[in-house]
Amino acid sequence: MSIQEFLIPLLAASVIAGTPILYAALGELITERAGIINLGVEGIMLIGAVSGFMMAVTTGSPWLGLLASMLAGGAVALIHAFLTITLRANQVVSGLALTIFGTGLSGYLGKAYIGIPVEKPFGVIPLGPLADIPYIGPIFFQHDALVYISYVLVVIIWYFMFHTRPGLNLRALGENPAAMDALGLNVFYLRYIYVMAGGALGGIGGAYLSLAYAPSWLENMTAGRGWIAVALVIFALWNPWRALMGAYLFGGIDALGFRLQVLGYQISPFFLQMLPYLFTVIILVFVVARQKGRLTAPGALGLSYDREER
Amino acid sequence: MNRLTFKLEKRLTPSPVMVFIIPLISVLLALLLGGIFLVLTGENPLTVYSLMLVDSLGSKYGLTETMVKAIPLMLTSLGVSLAFKMKLWNIGAEGQLYMGAMAATWLPLTFPTLPVYLMLPGMIILGMIAGGLWALLTAIPRAIWKVNEIITTLMLNYVAILWVDFLVYGPWRDPEGSNFPITASFAEAARLPGLGDSRVHTGLFFALALAVILAIVFKYSRWGYSINVIGSSERAARYAGMNIKRNILLVMFLSGAISGLAGMAEVSGIIGKLQHGISPGYGYTAIIVAWLSKLNPLAILIVSVLFGALQVGGYAVQVEGVPAAVATMLQGAILFFVLGGEVLTNYRLKLVSQKGEELSK
Repeated sequence: MSIQEFLIPLLAASVIAGTPILYAALGELITERAGIINLGVEGIMLIGAVSGFMMAVTTGSPWLGLLASMLAGGAVALIHAFLTITLRANQVVSGLALTIFGTGLSGYLGKAYIGIPVEKPFGVIPLGPLADIPYIGPIFFQHDALVYISYVLVVIIWYFMFHTRPGLNLRALGENPAAMDALGLNVFYLRYIYVMAGGALGGIGGAYLSLAYAPSWLENMTAGRGWIAVALVIFALWNPWRALMGAYLFGGIDALGFRLQVLGYQISPFFLQMLPYLFTVIILVFVVARQKGRLTAPGALGLSYDREER
Repeated sequence: MNRLTFKLEKRLTPSPVMVFIIPLISVLLALLLGGIFLVLTGENPLTVYSLMLVDSLGSKYGLTETMVKAIPLMLTSLGVSLAFKMKLWNIGAEGQLYMGAMAATWLPLTFPTLPVYLMLPGMIILGMIAGGLWALLTAIPRAIWKVNEIITTLMLNYVAILWVDFLVYGPWRDPEGSNFPITASFAEAARLPGLGDSRVHTGLFFALALAVILAIVFKYSRWGYSINVIGSSERAARYAGMNIKRNILLVMFLSGAISGLAGMAEVSGIIGKLQHGISPGYGYTAIIVAWLSKLNPLAILIVSVLFGALQVGGYAVQVEGVPAAVATMLQGAILFFVLGGEVLTNYRLKLVSQKGEELSK
C-alpha cells in the first residue's frame, strides 16, 4: 500500500480527530496556567456539544451553534470558578462535580435531539493554494474552518503567553498569585477570566464533535476526550505547541484504530477502542517518570488563593 | 464609593451545626435548582419529584430496588473514601467494579460444579484481588513518580468496561444466549442468597461489615491514624517516619479491592451472569456519596440509600418521558451545593465595604 493511500489519509484523520482534544486541552492549559485545575473538561465538552448542536439544528447555522457552545462552556466553567476561586472549594472535587453535572445536563437536554441530523455541519473548505501543496496540503489544509481556527489559536495563545505582558501575568498567576496581588493585579478577577475562557474553548471542543467530527448528538459522545485533554496538558508541559503535537498524536491513535478495522485486520474492535485510553496512561507515566518529579507544573496549581494567608 | 463585597472570615473551629445542616440544605437546594430547570424545560417538577419519591421509597418493591442499588453504592463509596482519606483521588471505582465482576465470573464459568463453600469465597477473593490489582496499576506510578492518579484511574475505567465487553461479546458469550452479550448463567452455588424473597442480597452484609470495620480502623487503629496524617500533611507524615509509598500501594489496593467486591456482589447477587453494562455508573456516584458523607463509613451507608433512591427515581421518571439523566444532573448539583456549603462550616460570610478594608490595610 502506498503512502498516498494509507499514510496521508491517516495523518489527515489524525488532525481531525485531534482537533476537539486540542481545543479542550488549550482551554485547560490556560486555566491551569492561571493556577486552577478544572477536571470538569469532560462535562464542559458535553455541554458544549449538546448546546452547539441544539442551536445549529434550531437556527440552521453552525456558527451560531459554535457561539452557543462557547457561551455554555464558559457559563458552566463559571460555576467552577465561583466554587474554587471565591469559595475556595476543593478544585478536584468541584471539577468532578462539573463532569457529573455536565454529563447529566447534556443527557437531559439532548434527549430530544438524538438521531436528528444537523442540516449544515461544518464542511470541508480546501484552503486555497495551501491545499494543493503535496503531502502537506491534504494533511493540514483540506479540512473545515474550525481546524484552521485551531492553528491560529495555538499561535495566538503561544504568542500571548510568552511574548506579551498580560501573558507574563497569566504565567505568574499560576506560579505566585501573592506576588501578582502585591503588584496590584486582581488575582480573583483574572482567574475568573481564564477559567471561563478555558471553559469556552472546552465548549468549542465539544461542538467540534457534534457539528464537524460526527455531526449528530449522542449521550456521552465525548467518550473520555475531556479527560484525555487534561492528561494532554501534563504531556504538553503546559506549552501550546506541545499540546498541538500531543493532540494529533492522540488523534492519530484514534484514527489508526478505526483504519485498521476498516482494512480488515483481525483485531477485536474493543481492543482498538482501548488504544487511546491505554496510550494516555502509558504516555503520562512515561512523560512524568522522565521528568523525575521535577514537572514544570505551575507552582500554585490547585491551591486556593487566600489574601489573608499570604 | 463605598462598594459592598462579601468577605470570608475563617472560623476558629468548624461549626458543628453546619456540618449536619449543610448536606441537608445542599440536597434541598439542588432539588430546587433542578425544579426550576424542569419548569424551564416544560416539565412539572412536583410530578417528577413525587414520581421519583413514590417509586423509590413508596412501596415495598421500590424500597427493595432502592436497597439493590444502594449495595454497590455503599461498597464503591467505602472503597473510594478509603483512598480519599489519604488524598488519593481514586476515581476508578467503576473500572475496579467491572474487573472484580469479571474475575468473580471466571470461577463459575470455568468450574461450574464447585460446591458453594468453595465457590462463593473463591469468587469474593478473586473479585477483590482483581479490583485491587486494577487499582494498583495506577498506584505504582503514583507512588514512584507521582503520576496523577485521577487521570490514570479514570482512563482505566474505559479500558475495564471495554475488556468486559470484549469478553461478553466474544470468548465468554453464552452459546445458548441467542447472541446477546451475556455469559452463561451461574450455577446456584455461585449466587449470593437473597434476603427473604426480595432481590436484596447478602452482599448488603459485606457493606455493613466493611463500614463497621473501617469506622473502627479509622478511629482506633494506628494504621488508620497514619492514613489520616498522610492525607492531611505528607510532610508531617514523613517526619513521623511513616512509609508513604507503601501506604499509597496498600490503600489503593484495598480501595480497589472493595470496589471489586461490589462487582462480585453485583454479578453474584443480582444478575447471575456477566453482561454488557453491569453498572450505571455506581463508581462515579460513589465519589459524590463519599464526599457528602465526609468520608465517614457509617454516614456512607445512609447516604448510599438516598442515592440508591435517586437512581431508582431516575428510572421511574423515564417511563413518563423525562430523561433518566435528570438523576445524574441532580447528583452533580448536590455536590456543587455541598462544596459551596462547606465553606460555611469553615468560614463565616461577612458583608464588608471595600472602603473599610482599604482603610484597615
